Order: sequence, then structure tokens, then C-alpha cells
Amino acid sequence: MSLATQRRRRALARFWEQFRHDRAGMAGLIILAFFILVAILAPILISPESLDVTKATGERFDPPSLAYPLGTDEDGRSILLLLAYGTRISLTVGLAATLISMVIGTAVGIMAGHFRGAGSHALVGVTDWFLVIPFLPLAIVLATVLGPSTLNLIIVIGITSWAGTARLIRAQTLSIEGRPYIERSKALGADNWHQMTRHVLPNVFPLVLANTTLTVAIVILSETTLSFLGLGDPLAPSWGAILDSAFSTGAVSQGAWWYVLPPGICVVLVVLAFTLVGRAMERIMEGRT
Amino acid sequence: MSLLQEVAVGEPDPIRPRRVTGPTARIVAGKILRAVVTLAFVVVFNFFLFRLLPGDPIGLYTRGRNMDPEQIAALREELNRPIWEQFFAYIRNPFDPGIDSTRFSQPVWELIGERVWPTVLLLGTAIVIATIVGIWIGIRAGWKPGSRFDKVSTGTTLTLYSMPEFWLGMMLLIVLGVGAFGLPGFFPVGGIASPGVDTSTPAGWLNVLWHMFLPCLTLTLIYLADYSLVMRASLIDERKSEYLMLARAKGLRDVMVRKRHAVPNALLPTITLIFLSLGFVVTGAITVETVFSWPGLGLLTYEALRGPDIPLLQATFLLFSIAVIGANLIAELLYVVIDPRVRQ
Repeated sequence: MSLATQRRRRALARFWEQFRHDRAGMAGLIILAFFILVAILAPILISPESLDVTKATGERFDPPSLAYPLGTDEDGRSILLLLAYGTRISLTVGLAATLISMVIGTAVGIMAGHFRGAGSHALVGVTDWFLVIPFLPLAIVLATVLGPSTLNLIIVIGITSWAGTARLIRAQTLSIEGRPYIERSKALGADNWHQMTRHVLPNVFPLVLANTTLTVAIVILSETTLSFLGLGDPLAPSWGAILDSAFSTGAVSQGAWWYVLPPGICVVLVVLAFTLVGRAMERIMEGRT
Repeated sequence: MSLLQEVAVGEPDPIRPRRVTGPTARIVAGKILRAVVTLAFVVVFNFFLFRLLPGDPIGLYTRGRNMDPEQIAALREELNRPIWEQFFAYIRNPFDPGIDSTRFSQPVWELIGERVWPTVLLLGTAIVIATIVGIWIGIRAGWKPGSRFDKVSTGTTLTLYSMPEFWLGMMLLIVLGVGAFGLPGFFPVGGIASPGVDTSTPAGWLNVLWHMFLPCLTLTLIYLADYSLVMRASLIDERKSEYLMLARAKGLRDVMVRKRHAVPNALLPTITLIFLSLGFVVTGAITVETVFSWPGLGLLTYEALRGPDIPLLQATFLLFSIAVIGANLIAELLYVVIDPRVRQ
């Protein structure tokens, strides 16, 4: 075990020790653990047949009952089962889109901070452009052109939500590059790649992690909004898509609150949980520096 | 001695004439130029996005609709022109009154003109109320962080912040519009006025206000969550400043320290952020107008994307971008005017 690994392991243990005492952060973490468990177990506990429209057993818009704890949708399917499956889709889209967003954001941020000259200016310009352009109209035109599918949804959200991260990482990179050890590694002959991946990246990484947690929250909200507007896969019942079908089949005017309330509560809980964890991580890191 | 020297350095050279364009004018010009360049990229992006993608653009334009073979032939003719010719035709005037909507068979800018005022009315009201209430909550919570009020309000605003705004709208609509949980439905379930009501009379205005209540409440709650969190954070930052300690050391009462010193300084970043958050406001407008069938630009965007009606979608995207870029520019200029540190 190298010295650096040992040091990182100790830092991680110290971080966890502090996180454990952050009540809001721990509450968020427990909520997340529950939803992740549901997402993993959904296909084991629920047979795909129970989501098949042609084999649905319930009536249209049944209120909650023992057989259907959260009532039924317009096709007589159990909303509870739809929600459990939706957890899987919403979390998958949320995490995948965040991954794309973080990779682009971190790469652009580090490069814009490391290099000088026209290339760096261009990167900052592109970042600023994405920061200014209103998210939803941009996402709508991109998603319309690409067509409705889960993969396209992930791509659209990923490429519209990285700019904030890039700006943050660039600022952090600039402050790290001013430290003497970067100069030392330059003097020893390190090339750009080595400096960026071996010296800058490990230093911005904690910030990337805290930022990721907050980004997932925003990305899941974006996914819900875009799916509600009908820009996701119509056959994949993410939480936003469930709200879309509730809205377009007239559940609102029927007063079928059991169709609308639960998906929204799931979204609020997950987004809130990610936000709480992210804020707790930020608090701990700020306290340390 | 050293103090005197510093003053001497800052003194303008009496021999040279003062330049007419100070740093302020240069900064302002630079910011305006940047906004124009940003907008130019929107126009270019808007044009190429729908043409450079693989696949048949005719299919995209006509998806889910029956069209005359004649119309399709005309469209194909149009798209078969050299790309640079089309490009110059578009950038010469993106607001060309000849651009027709494919769904409403009406020029897109005429359609947009009809829909602007309902959106301005709804968003304007929601933003003003949300700003006032949000800042008030932010001040109370941020001045005594950790207090009971702070805990309750931050918990509530964080929850509101995590909500999809259209879902809050749907729930309010079910409970207060349609009626659920034993409550009778009191508010109208959609639209801007009851059918047959003349909106130019005082009774008509009341009818519009009554229709506006629920969508406006939804947007206000969502926006004020954002604004109060920003104000709270800004005031907490300000509390650490040394000039507050000085104000207290002078013997100023806590209320006066807050009102005279902390709040004015904390307001500056908050007001700027309110302008900068117009992109977020637009998101709310699109989904909430859809839920309440409020006949504004947001509902128009939804109708355009459900078509899809590409020319209309391009036009609304351009319009929203102009609005947001404009608001950003105002925020930056405001900062230059109010905060002397930016000018240095």
C-alpha cells in the first residue's frame, strides 16, 4: 500500500466520522439507501406481467384499497408497482445523465483552467454559453430533434447540465495550479497530461463528488420535467412519465389524487435526499479548509 | 508618509486630459458585445440543429400529421436549396413574418404575439410576490441561523425547492380546483377566463384574477423557495463581515445593524441572482402553464413540442433565449452601476 493510498484512506475515515454526526446528511443517506434498494429489487419482486396493459386486473382509476394500496391508473394497473419500476428508471436516468455531465464538466473545467490562450478562451466561451441559455427550451429542442427515448433523454440532460460544474472546477483548478508543487512537477518535466491527471484531478476530486451529489438532484428534477412533457420513452414508466400519463388521461379532473401524489412524493424525497447529502458534504469540506 | 504616497499614486495626472471613455463605459460595452455574440450563437445553433442531423427532415417536420403531397413537395423544394442560401435567408431575419407554424397554419410570430401578455402577467405577478416574500423569509432566517424560524423555513423552502413545479400545480389543482379530501373545488380548473366573459371590463379582470390564483400561487411558492435560500445564504455570509462588528461596537441596536448595514449589502447578490435565474423561471412557466391551460408562451411551447411544430419551436426557443440573455445583461449592468468594486 503506497503512502498516498494510506493517506487517502485516513482522510476518508475522518470524512465518514464527521458525516455520521451530520443529522441532515445521514437522513438523506438513509432515504437514498431505501430507494436504491427498491430500484435493485423491483424486477425481482415484480413480474413484468403486472405492468402489462392487456393483463391488468383493476378497474380504471380505482381509489386505494387493500388489493391496490395506491389505487390504479387509467388501464387498471397498480400504481404502487408502477412506482417501484419507475424508481429504477428515474434513478438510472438520473445517475447516467449525471455521469455524462460530470465527465464533461470536469474535463472542460480542468482544461480551461490548465491551458492558456485561445483554446482556454474557447472553452470558457462555450461554458458561458451553456450557462446563459435557458435549460428547458434548449433541452426541448434537442430532445425533439433526437426523438423520444430513454437513451436520448440521458444524452440531452447530460449535455445541457455540465456548465455549472465546469465553471466551479475551472476556478478550483486555477487556485491549485498556483501552488508550488505544480511548479515543482513542471520543473521535473511533467507534461500537461501528467499535471492534469496526477496533480490537479486528485485535488479537485472531493469537490467533484460534492458537486455530483447536488447535480444528481437537479438532473432527476430535469428528467421528471422532460418526461412529463412527453420527451422520454413512452413505454418506460419513470416518475415523470407516470405524471405525464396521469395528466394526459385526465386523472386531475377526475380528482384521482392517488395517481398524482405518490410519484411527486418520490421525486421530492429523492431530490431532497441528494441535496441534503450534498450540502452536508460541502459543510464538512468547508470546515476542513 | 506611506499613506500620503498611496494618495499620490491614486491622484490623476493633472497634465494629461481625462479620457472620455472611463473603465465603466468599456466594461458596459464589453458586456453588451458578449450578449450579442451569445445571441448570434443561438441563431446559428437554431438553424443548424434542425438541418445537420441524419435522417429525413421532412419526417421530422411532418411527424404524426397528414400533409398534402403538394405541401411536402414545397417543403422539399425549400430544403433542397444550398445550405448556405437557406442559412443566409434565416439569419437575415429570424423574425420573418413569412415563417408559418406547421400546426396552427398561422405565422409563428403572430401566434407568439398573442401569447406574450398572459405570460408576462402571470410570471410578473409571481416574481414580484416571490421576491418580496422570499427576501423577507431569507432575512428572518439568515439573521438568526439555527433559530426555530430558520429551521422551519429552511426545511419548507428546501422541500419546495425539491419539487417539480408542475406537480405542485397538479396537486393544488386537484385539492383546490377539482376538490378532494372533502374540500369542495373552489378555483377554476384552467384557462385565463370563463367562456363568454369580456376581459376588458372590471368584472372580467376579476374573473382573470380568479383564474390566475392557482397558477400564480404554484409559481410563487416555487420561486420564493429559491429566492429565500439565496437571501439567507447571502445574509449569513454578510454576518461574518467586520463592519458589522464595528456597527455593534458603536452601540447600534441589533435591528438597526440589520436594517442599515447587513441587509442592503446582502440584497445586492440576491437581486442579481433573481435576474440571473430567469432561465429557471422559464422552466416553471412552460410546465405550469401547461397544467393550468394558461394561454401563454409556455403552453404554446408545449403545443409546439407535442406536434412537433419545428418552426414554432425554433421561434419560442429564440424568444426565451433573448429574454434570458437580456435579463443576464441587466443583472451584470446593475452590478456595474451599484457595486464600485466591479469597475476597478
